[in-house]
Amino acid sequence: MITIYINDKPYKVEEGQTIMQAADKVGFRIPRLCYHPKLSIEGACRVCIVEVEGAKNYVASCAFPVSEGMKIKTNSEELRRARRDIVELILDNHPQDCHTCERDGICELQRLAFSMGIRKRHFEGERKHYEKDLSSTSVVRDPNKCILCGRCVRICSEIQKANVLGHAHRGFKTVVMPAYNMPFSESVCTTCGQCINVCPTAAFVEKNYTQELFQKLNDKSIVKIAQIAPSVRAAIGEAFGLEAGKAMEHEIVAALKRLGFDYVFDTQFSADLTIMEEGSEFLERLQGKGKLPMITSCSSAWMKCLEQFHPDLIENVSTAKSPMSMMSAMIKTYFAQKIKRDPKDILSVAIMCCTAKKYEASRPELMVEGLPATDMVITTREIAWMIKSSGIDLLDIKGENFDEPLGLSSGAGTIFGTTGGVMEAAIRTAYELYTGETLLDIEIADIRGFKGVKEGKVIMDGKEIRVAVAHGLGNANEVLEIARKDPSRYHFIEIMGCPGGCIGGGGQPYAGYNSIPLDEECLKKRAEALYGLDRNKTIRRSHENPDIQRIYKEFLGRPLSPAAHKLLHTHYKAKEPRGIIPVVNAVL
Amino acid sequence: MPSRYVITLCDGPSCMHKKSKEIEMVIKSELEKNGLLEKTRVMLSGCLGMCKKGPVMIVNPGYTIYGGITEKDIPEIIQKHLLKKQPVARLVIDEDHLYNRFFRIFGDVDFFRKQMRITLRNCGIMDPESIEDYLALRGYEALGKVLTEMTPQQVIAEVKKSGLRGRGGAGFPTGLKWEITAKAEGKEKFVICNADEGDPGAFMDRSAIEGDPHTVIEGMIIGGYAVGSSRGIVYIRAEYPLAVKRLEKAIVDARQEGFLGKNILGSNFSFDIEIRLGAGAFVCGEETALIHSIEGSRGMPRPRPPFPSVSGLFGNPTLINNVETWANIPVIILDGADWFSSIGTEKSKGTKVFALAGKIKNTGLVEVPMGTTLREIIYEIGGGIPNNKKIKAIQTGGPSGGCLSEEYLDTKIDYESLAQAGSIMGSGGMIIIDEDSCMVNIAKFFLEFTQNESCGKCTPCREGTKRMLEILTRITEGKGEEGDIEKLQRLGNMIKKSSLCGLGQSAPNPVLSTIKNFRVEYEEHIKNRKCPAKVCQSLFNYSIIDKCVGCGACKKICPTQAISGQAKAKHAIDQSKCIKCGLCFKTCKFNAIIKS
Amino acid sequence: MPVELKKVSKKDALKKFMDSCKSLPNPESQLIAILHKAQEINGYLNKELMDDIALEMNIPTAHIWGVATFYHYFKLVPQGKHSISVCLGTACYVKGAEEVLNTIRSELKVNFGQTTEDGLFTLQEARCLGACGLAPVIMIDDRIYGELTPKKVIEILNTYRK
Repeated sequence: MITIYINDKPYKVEEGQTIMQAADKVGFRIPRLCYHPKLSIEGACRVCIVEVEGAKNYVASCAFPVSEGMKIKTNSEELRRARRDIVELILDNHPQDCHTCERDGICELQRLAFSMGIRKRHFEGERKHYEKDLSSTSVVRDPNKCILCGRCVRICSEIQKANVLGHAHRGFKTVVMPAYNMPFSESVCTTCGQCINVCPTAAFVEKNYTQELFQKLNDKSIVKIAQIAPSVRAAIGEAFGLEAGKAMEHEIVAALKRLGFDYVFDTQFSADLTIMEEGSEFLERLQGKGKLPMITSCSSAWMKCLEQFHPDLIENVSTAKSPMSMMSAMIKTYFAQKIKRDPKDILSVAIMCCTAKKYEASRPELMVEGLPATDMVITTREIAWMIKSSGIDLLDIKGENFDEPLGLSSGAGTIFGTTGGVMEAAIRTAYELYTGETLLDIEIADIRGFKGVKEGKVIMDGKEIRVAVAHGLGNANEVLEIARKDPSRYHFIEIMGCPGGCIGGGGQPYAGYNSIPLDEECLKKRAEALYGLDRNKTIRRSHENPDIQRIYKEFLGRPLSPAAHKLLHTHYKAKEPRGIIPVVNAVL
Repeated sequence: MPSRYVITLCDGPSCMHKKSKEIEMVIKSELEKNGLLEKTRVMLSGCLGMCKKGPVMIVNPGYTIYGGITEKDIPEIIQKHLLKKQPVARLVIDEDHLYNRFFRIFGDVDFFRKQMRITLRNCGIMDPESIEDYLALRGYEALGKVLTEMTPQQVIAEVKKSGLRGRGGAGFPTGLKWEITAKAEGKEKFVICNADEGDPGAFMDRSAIEGDPHTVIEGMIIGGYAVGSSRGIVYIRAEYPLAVKRLEKAIVDARQEGFLGKNILGSNFSFDIEIRLGAGAFVCGEETALIHSIEGSRGMPRPRPPFPSVSGLFGNPTLINNVETWANIPVIILDGADWFSSIGTEKSKGTKVFALAGKIKNTGLVEVPMGTTLREIIYEIGGGIPNNKKIKAIQTGGPSGGCLSEEYLDTKIDYESLAQAGSIMGSGGMIIIDEDSCMVNIAKFFLEFTQNESCGKCTPCREGTKRMLEILTRITEGKGEEGDIEKLQRLGNMIKKSSLCGLGQSAPNPVLSTIKNFRVEYEEHIKNRKCPAKVCQSLFNYSIIDKCVGCGACKKICPTQAISGQAKAKHAIDQSKCIKCGLCFKTCKFNAIIKS
Repeated sequence: MPVELKKVSKKDALKKFMDSCKSLPNPESQLIAILHKAQEINGYLNKELMDDIALEMNIPTAHIWGVATFYHYFKLVPQGKHSISVCLGTACYVKGAEEVLNTIRSELKVNFGQTTEDGLFTLQEARCLGACGLAPVIMIDDRIYGELTPKKVIEILNTYRK
């Protein structure tokens, strides 16, 4: 421990930290913008500057290490003015359209400007003007709102290792863009939406379908059906000011009914279905029919990443569709038949934590009966806004149950939403299918938690099954590299495109006041909410779900049957442009 | 057979443009005609710094400098100078010129009076493409001494003792930098020569490498030995093809002679150098940006610490010094730290090279001991201001530096004194400004440059310099507002203290120093909408006074037909048509047109 | 087909250079040198070349694009051997710069920022070149031509075509 002085008062802090880290721990939250604890230090915005005695200039507290006896001022008159002017300079080159902006009220820049006390502009001048990129199914890029903090560039290159975004040009003309300023839709973007999560302003937002949905919800001639992904319920409360980790399952069902949906189904049901198909596929592969290791296929961002970055591994990936697409396929066939409606008259809306699902919904190979299986994908953020916009009080609503017959799920389906969940769910079922015995110890600690690459094993009938779990596309690269070098090391690999799995999806609520996007504590609480739901269920294995048993009996036959293959499986193919995974992560 | 005559022809870009290559051919054929080819050595030198008077050549014996020569002059020079030992007087460059003294280095003590050439010691007197020439001038002797007689610690101690400070601008003690790098741990270590000289008007590094590439190489090898590195890199501007070519050749030659490569001179020490080209980004002169550029990335600086000495290229300890700093090393080793530190002032030792330019009689490279006053450089070396104009300001340090007013003429050249006066040493640009220049306009010129070269990473520099430039532009256009000066100062001080790298931290200097020293000019522009130097076009009009005899010359030359008037009667200018090109003003023989 | 052949040999030359880079330590750090080479071979950098570099050197295109746009030296559109700047300052304008410009446009079949098909000229717009007395003026590379007429312009262009 060393002693530093902040604003003349001594504090004992640990050595080896930055000024910002040390100050955070003793109650000084120095204003910041480009800093993100999970990303490399940029030191670009200069909002977090402090005075250090003996230094000629201000230093960026995010980058400067503390040392014994250091005297720091965080709030002197001159410093406050400099910091204020820096934030004003950012504002001066930013559209003055807060009232009509998607992020009004939940914008980091707005908050920062307010806390700086900027009441008057001194330096207004020329402002940038660029085209918005609306080409992507999932992510809208508006360079006019970009303040060049570089968090998107860093998350894309350091965490996701997709390197879609980079700084281009220089100086006042610097713009964050994909290579050649090509439209997002033609780039290697995996549509994961992590750029949206970390963006402090509305330079990146999801492609918004709320107005279209409102319109459709008023259409009396169609049947409006929603499905809700597991991790939506784990996070939506945050958009309503609740602490992270409060699960809101039945409340959303009730809210969606009030919004105008006729049926609300649970994607967790189709997660159970996925386990039946994928688990069976895995057992087939174990018996020599197909390549090992098998890799999961639930995550849409990962699937796009597979096709562009790892086409050599396509055969290793399970052919099972994602739970969302399985549900949509069942809605437009099985359920349509049940309610005796033409699938054309059904609107299938998926409420997802995910922006990549918007892309998945657009895949032509997923069409059912000549129709898109999923008509619309709405993120947690969008649905939260719709609920608020409709005057529905999510926090004070009497919960309702999911509708039958696609609403009942096991705890295995619930934990799909967090990293390791799919693998855990698969093991719960595969074990029984393989050995004929019920796995009793179903909580598999080795593959829970937020380590980038997790390894575990189960013994099934004396056979050791080695599994790996990776979350975030950067970690995926790592585990795949291991598997490429040693193909027999794993039998089964789970990959989720986003950090933390779906709970950290690109469509989840923005970080609230003073919290950090993708904060690990917040992700932990969301995961814990799902694990809690699982623990409280009596049915915790997919194959024990009576409605799953029923759908096979009534409609699909058995897992991997021709009917199941037709509706629940798909295929992938290599796509251009090819993504490149650099050996060395260079500075963009 | 040793040559009896030596002809050194400048091969710098300016002289080449003026056909120095063609002249070389004529020289050779003329020599042949006169049977002198065997007895004469014809050398091409790097830029001799007398671009205005080019093409320039030096003929020895006599060390006579001829300027402005053409192919036609060659026969005369060869016959008269070489055969009859009579210099061709009409082509000889004025005896009093700085370079003239320099080239008469042999025996002419006068030369040492104001200039002292350490880093440029060989420039112009050796063939830069000949390692033999360099060897003859005791080249690589310092390396030999280091490898055979000194431990790395002793080398570092010697450099520390010399008091040498970084010549790139900031003046960090070189020996200390070496020591930190030597002590830092890493997989490997790198030694870098920063030759990314980009200040407008500065060409010290280019000339040094073009004229004597081996000195820099030798300095780097010694640096590598001292810090325990085996990989050296010269990062040089792509805009300097001749310097690159000479450097390449010098590296190949040095390798061949065993000064570079494995087990240098039979020792256990191995070191090699590669060249990396820049691609046109001023900010790459900043060391962390330079490192990113070498790594193949955008040249954007990063926060320090960690400093490159600890974590630099590819995360390894890296020793970066600029060209001039490296060129001092062999001299310090051979002549000793004691001698070196006897030159200069208390805190700034040795010499400094300046590129003297602007409104001054003799422009070019000047190497002077630290402690020389600005007055000595400007009046005794530079020959003063041409056309009997008054000096107004001295700009040092290029776009990162400041403008000093006349009252600072007796300031001594050293890091601290210049900083105290409100400017910086910088890498060595020195521009003399006379009364015809508008200081607001000059500040705007420099800020335009840095604004254009800002990498765009940090907010203060990217956004702040843009706003400062907008304010300056409106002041020069006569749209300045009350409070603009205060805004410039407020932004400028904030940018200085808050920016990420040296470029941003120094970008406001030209503005802040001109406000400090020439505030009245700003106020004139803003309050009275007047440009005292009559430079800012929006702030003055041309008008015709009674002296006009009605000759019609102005009317004829006016490109916009803004002037009217009967012959032999006073003419008048239609201000709505006038574009202020100034042609009438220059044309009028009767001083009848005035700026007002 | 000679055009195709030329294209292939350009690619080969760049590939050869990249191969030599790969044998060096930290090959990805040679990106700027590779871009210099690509520009030397092709005159400017285009998507095709940068895509090739990306695949060959395993460097993401966003990174290459970022570097190519950062440094002034790299050109992203074809450049002619000679650059023609047509002064459109007031003096030149009133003296008939537009006529001169139209002559150049129709003679070379290019607009501002474009390069002629033969790669000889790139046409650029200039603000006042400070040679108002000679208006209308154009500048080709570093040389100023003044008092131009459409006829004179064509004569001048022809001298560069030899």
